[in-house]
Amino acid sequence: MFKLWLSIKKDTRILLRDKVGILLMFIMPIILVVVVTSIQNSTFELVNKNKLPILICNKDTGKASVQLIAAINKIGMFKVTQISKEKAVADEMHDQDALLGVVIPANFSEKVSAKAKNVSGKALTSFGLQADTVKKEVSGIDPLTLYYNPVLQESLRFSVQGAIQSALQLVESRQTLRTLYFSINEKPLPEKLENEMLSSQTTINMFPVSKDGVRTTPNASQHNVPAWTIFAMFFVIMSLGGSVVREKISGSFIRLKTLPTSYLVGLLSKQITYLGVTLLQAIVIFSMGIWLFPYIGLPALNLPSDVFALFIVTLVCGWCAVSYSICVGVFAETQEQANGFGAVSIVILACIGGLMVPSFAMQGLAKTLSDFSPMHWCLQAYYTLFLEGGKLKDVLNNIGSLIIITLIIQFITYLGLKRKNLI
Amino acid sequence: MNESLAVSIENVGFRYPGNTDVSFSNLNLQIAKGERFGLFGPNGAGKTTLMNLMTGVLSVNEGSIKLLGQKVDGRNKAVNKLFGFVPQDLSFYQELSPAENLEFFGAWAGLNKTEIAKQTDELLHILGLEDVRNKAVGKFSGGMKRRVNLAIGVIHNPQLLFLDEPTVGVDVQTRHAIISYLRKLNENGTTLIYTSHQLSEAEDLCEHIALIDEGKIITQGNINAVLKEHSNESLEELFINLTGKAYRN
Repeated sequence: MFKLWLSIKKDTRILLRDKVGILLMFIMPIILVVVVTSIQNSTFELVNKNKLPILICNKDTGKASVQLIAAINKIGMFKVTQISKEKAVADEMHDQDALLGVVIPANFSEKVSAKAKNVSGKALTSFGLQADTVKKEVSGIDPLTLYYNPVLQESLRFSVQGAIQSALQLVESRQTLRTLYFSINEKPLPEKLENEMLSSQTTINMFPVSKDGVRTTPNASQHNVPAWTIFAMFFVIMSLGGSVVREKISGSFIRLKTLPTSYLVGLLSKQITYLGVTLLQAIVIFSMGIWLFPYIGLPALNLPSDVFALFIVTLVCGWCAVSYSICVGVFAETQEQANGFGAVSIVILACIGGLMVPSFAMQGLAKTLSDFSPMHWCLQAYYTLFLEGGKLKDVLNNIGSLIIITLIIQFITYLGLKRKNLI
Repeated sequence: MNESLAVSIENVGFRYPGNTDVSFSNLNLQIAKGERFGLFGPNGAGKTTLMNLMTGVLSVNEGSIKLLGQKVDGRNKAVNKLFGFVPQDLSFYQELSPAENLEFFGAWAGLNKTEIAKQTDELLHILGLEDVRNKAVGKFSGGMKRRVNLAIGVIHNPQLLFLDEPTVGVDVQTRHAIISYLRKLNENGTTLIYTSHQLSEAEDLCEHIALIDEGKIITQGNINAVLKEHSNESLEELFINLTGKAYRN
């Protein structure tokens, strides 16, 4: 125990004197968490709270296009600005920071009206009534043109398309209804009745699925803080990997080999010391999420109800990160190799682990590969706890997988130490 | 078992993994307890390899090595308590102070807290490092680092001390201090096994020598007897005489 205690003391002293390492392990991930959460929160607010700027060039002079613009306005998702020249749409989008531009064709109202007459005529015929308006098939309505800024994410673009499509549907349905009503009653459709017929009376209640029955809507912090905490924990490689390489290069490993103590004590000491670092990283980042985020305009992080499960997941995740760092340090020949390979491999593990793209969106090989990334299992466990209100029993599968991966890494490290004659 | 022997090397064969060239074949060497023994040879002769075999850093392929009657074996850590090792590289933690390095290596050498404190005070005093005991070694001069390297090797008062070029790159004062300290250790019963390219220094320190080249011992014995046998007046002359003047890599 005395040897282990002094080894931990030695590793802690070296760690505390590695200012760059501390900077990389604590400051960089903190900046990353704040920046990524801010960006995701802005996107979230852009869609849910702010309005997307949209330019509309109306080449039509009829009533249907005016109704369409009113319907787009009524969706509540867009901040509409009308412009007169179609050719200027792209320039105006740049000038006015608009992400979207819509051009309504010149004969829009005429075509909507013609289609309405045609459809209502068909309807009257099917009712067994005489229709005097249906004479022949009319050609379709000319398409609307939607310009978009390429920065707009595909998912958001499809939401916009869907919203405009429903506005169009409303305009066409209204026109058909009015035409049909007039054909039957020879008087205009009363506005009150029209509104009752066209407005949806059914609302949609949205609830996040949770294991504990609590219906708290997840925010950007709940998604990002756990994910980037995992990334930060694996970032210990920048200090630990280099430290192992320095020990090898300086000859300290060789000296230790000639002393009457097993190097396993040294490995255990490094694991305990850096496991402490990863736990501290998690505490710092979670604390920031809880207490600092609200002060800088970000949603506060809510800790899971099962804090013990959170501790166990963080502990196992940290152990895996530390084991991986030691393994890279053992196989790297130089500090540059350890840092370069370490940094790139962590980004790759984060990508396939679902930190950057959700793993549920992955297909085929990428989905299979994600199972081999320890970050995938950490993230799944964190999401179960943070987003679904899960308990320890709900994350045992993830913890088990992480432990298996960690033991494999430790075995590879042992083989590396043997092969390099370091133990 | 010959109890008067500090080192007994019998029929040792060794080659580096993946290397077809044999480093040592059927090597035999005996070093008596209490000797100041010098191991010399040109670059690449195998001095450091032999020292690594004796200290268990490398494992022999054939034959056996015994230190103070105990077989050197990677799995037998008891033998490691008997000897100290001062490697050619500055093998310690540059981020730590001399006292912190000694505390850590002392614990790994099997000392308790009290023994570490006593040995640290004594060694830092003898080797002139008292004033810098709490300063990071990374900022020390080459000579000071060599003294720290030596202090770590002897913290547990080993019966046998291996020194691989302990004075390389140091000034005259530091060399003098190190050699004086080594003499004192030897007077107290520590067997010294030493390699160096400083032949005049070696001539001054060592009583017995072995000259090795291309993995073979080409001469060994008492230094005066060896010089007389080859009709040479100095170790340097003997060295050139037996190993030639050609460059070695």
